[in-house]
Amino acid sequence: MSDSSVPATSGPEGLTTADGVPLKQSLNRAVRRSRLKALLLVAPLLIFIGLAFVMPIFDMLSRSVDNPEVSTYLPRTSESLTHWDGEGLPDEAAYAALAQDLAAGLKARNLGRVASRLNYEMSGMRSLFTKSARKAGRMEPPFKEALIKADKDWQDPDIWRLIKRESGLYTASYYLAAIDRQFSPTGEIVEKPEYLQIHVVLFIRTFWMSAVITGLALLLAYPVAWLLATLPAGRGNLLMILVLLPFWTSLLVRTTTWIAILQQQGVLNDMLVGVGLIAEEARIQMIYNKTGTIIAMTHILLPFMILPLYSVMKTIPPSYMHAARSLGAGPVTAFRRVYFPQTLPGIGAGSILVFILSIAITSRRHWWVGSPVASLPTSSPTTCRPRSIGGWQRPLARFCWSW
Amino acid sequence: MVMTAEPDVPQETSSCFARFSDVQKSYDGETLVVKGFNLEVRRGEFVTLLGPSGSGKTTCLMMMAGFETPTHGEILLDGIPINKLPPHKRGIGMVFQNYALFPHMSVAENLAFPLEVRGMSKEEITSKVANALDMVRLGEFGDRRPGQLSGGQQQRVALARALVFEPELVLMDEPLGALDKNLREEMQFEIKRIHQRLGVTMLYVTHDQTEALTMSDRIAVFNDGIVQQLATPEALYEAPENAFVAYFIGENNRLNGVVSRLDGGEAYCTVTLDGGEEVKALPVAIKAMGERTQLSLRPERVRLLAEESSDAPLPDNVFTAEVKEVIYLGDHLRTRVAVCGSEEFIIKTPNADGYPVLKPGQSLKVGWDAQDCRALDA
Repeated sequence: MSDSSVPATSGPEGLTTADGVPLKQSLNRAVRRSRLKALLLVAPLLIFIGLAFVMPIFDMLSRSVDNPEVSTYLPRTSESLTHWDGEGLPDEAAYAALAQDLAAGLKARNLGRVASRLNYEMSGMRSLFTKSARKAGRMEPPFKEALIKADKDWQDPDIWRLIKRESGLYTASYYLAAIDRQFSPTGEIVEKPEYLQIHVVLFIRTFWMSAVITGLALLLAYPVAWLLATLPAGRGNLLMILVLLPFWTSLLVRTTTWIAILQQQGVLNDMLVGVGLIAEEARIQMIYNKTGTIIAMTHILLPFMILPLYSVMKTIPPSYMHAARSLGAGPVTAFRRVYFPQTLPGIGAGSILVFILSIAITSRRHWWVGSPVASLPTSSPTTCRPRSIGGWQRPLARFCWSW
Repeated sequence: MVMTAEPDVPQETSSCFARFSDVQKSYDGETLVVKGFNLEVRRGEFVTLLGPSGSGKTTCLMMMAGFETPTHGEILLDGIPINKLPPHKRGIGMVFQNYALFPHMSVAENLAFPLEVRGMSKEEITSKVANALDMVRLGEFGDRRPGQLSGGQQQRVALARALVFEPELVLMDEPLGALDKNLREEMQFEIKRIHQRLGVTMLYVTHDQTEALTMSDRIAVFNDGIVQQLATPEALYEAPENAFVAYFIGENNRLNGVVSRLDGGEAYCTVTLDGGEEVKALPVAIKAMGERTQLSLRPERVRLLAEESSDAPLPDNVFTAEVKEVIYLGDHLRTRVAVCGSEEFIIKTPNADGYPVLKPGQSLKVGWDAQDCRALDA
């Protein structure tokens, strides 16, 4: 093209190219191809993330508020309760609808689902439903009297309020259960009875433990990362191999090694007794408790702290410290004002990494392994009664699986 | 205009501000990076350490700043030995090659840093920072981060930071190395201007001879761990004392030969070149007959002699040369000729009236005076 070198000219609608096409449009056309190429390159990963990550998470999150049972298996009752104001008892129509639903549910053999769903919220609901359902088929109007005759619980307004509340398609009760809360019969959010509370304690313990582990890892990793970044290449590489060594050994081997070292008849206790620091009878319990968990997890997660710190420190030239020193700052001030602030990105990245990983690991231990770390409050022997598991299991199991 | 080779070093010690006394430095215990370095810097002087990379000049600067410890010898500041003094107590300003501006602080915070660590009051800091920024003409840029400034602006901030706490000695480690040519020249004048205005003593390290010649009061030419020559820029260029200095500073024609006669006393000697030609030269670094020597001759000191004899007397040495190549450089012409057995002999002539236009293959007479042709060590 002979006129390709003509410069962009300014028209009334902003800049245009030589042949009058708006410059922006022309630029878009020019870069479209490279954009398309870039999109194609990331497409496999995008699809993978979409299928394996975004969709499952979305599904889990939606299931944690999903509440189809009451509206599906008690359709007539749900419908007739929509007009009820929640004061006193509902009218005859509602009782009639319930009797019909119970009879239909018994026939279709799906009454159990709604009964157990409501049982999460209020114990005794399952037996109330099965007992009433058996008689529902033979009931004659007025259904109100008939149902109350079958079980006098049907004159309890709380039960009707519960059915009305759970007839919605979505519920917050799973999430409330996860933070030791529940709906009161009148629909307010209240704390669960103390003997049923466990999740908040475990949440706090998980966060606190993770914070301690993160802090310890940072304290240990900082000088190591600094050494790695400042040592001459030869010795630095050797040190790097040592840092990465834990990655090469299996988790199982590492854990058993820690047991061998830390247990009461273990290496460390033997040494302490050997040098006379502690008495034979006073061997310290260092494993199967918080101490052991903190030691082992700090060790396992240390590389995740060292590596981000190292990569940041490697980019800080020594001349910054030299400059600070020559400007009159002592070694401590120079470190605090000049070196440390520049390592903050590394500290942030490393801490987030270690914190998230240790939350994932400790919470898994809490919920499933039932490790002594999660030692349940002694005052609540009833906590783990099967009756109460269903309520919190769903959202939390999903929460944990998502890691 | 030939200057004396010996610069007049001050005799009274009171005016000597910073001093290296017999300093040696070794990193590995096997080789000396700096071998017996002696230097006296007068108060208010601008001294440059000039040398190729690896010559030990930066090591000397680092020892003065306190980041390296001398293996032997003493460093004195204002008459006090500072070998054991940590860097932050020396009160020496320093400008680094990569500027070393703290990236997490704004320009003003960078400048306030040395004042804050000295415990100055807020008002004092604010006014001093403002003054320093005005001095380097960056008054508007106090709130910017160093990363938002151009290379030249960063350089000026680094300079202001090294000066803001009013040190008596400022060290500069190749501060202009990362700038492009125009900016470098501009900064050279800027540094010179500030030096003259503040009267601060400056010790400057560079490998760029133009930079050294432009800015310095005195230059110490470094090579191989020792100072080859310490002199004013004029003396270094006009009267190099050895072959390295002659080669390193400016352009230089080299002819090798043997001293055949020392018949002219101080004025000249006669050197027989390897090709057999006899050249009269100024004896600088030779002592005896039969010694090998390298003759150093600046390209602009060679005269082109017209065919028809002019009024001017003939120079001491006249030879016939053959033009090999003419390079046009705008303000002057660089002509490569073959003469005295050398194919690389360069002659510089101004691009002006009165000078002949040369063509490759042409032969002509060239000549030079004995005093411009220095007989140095081989």
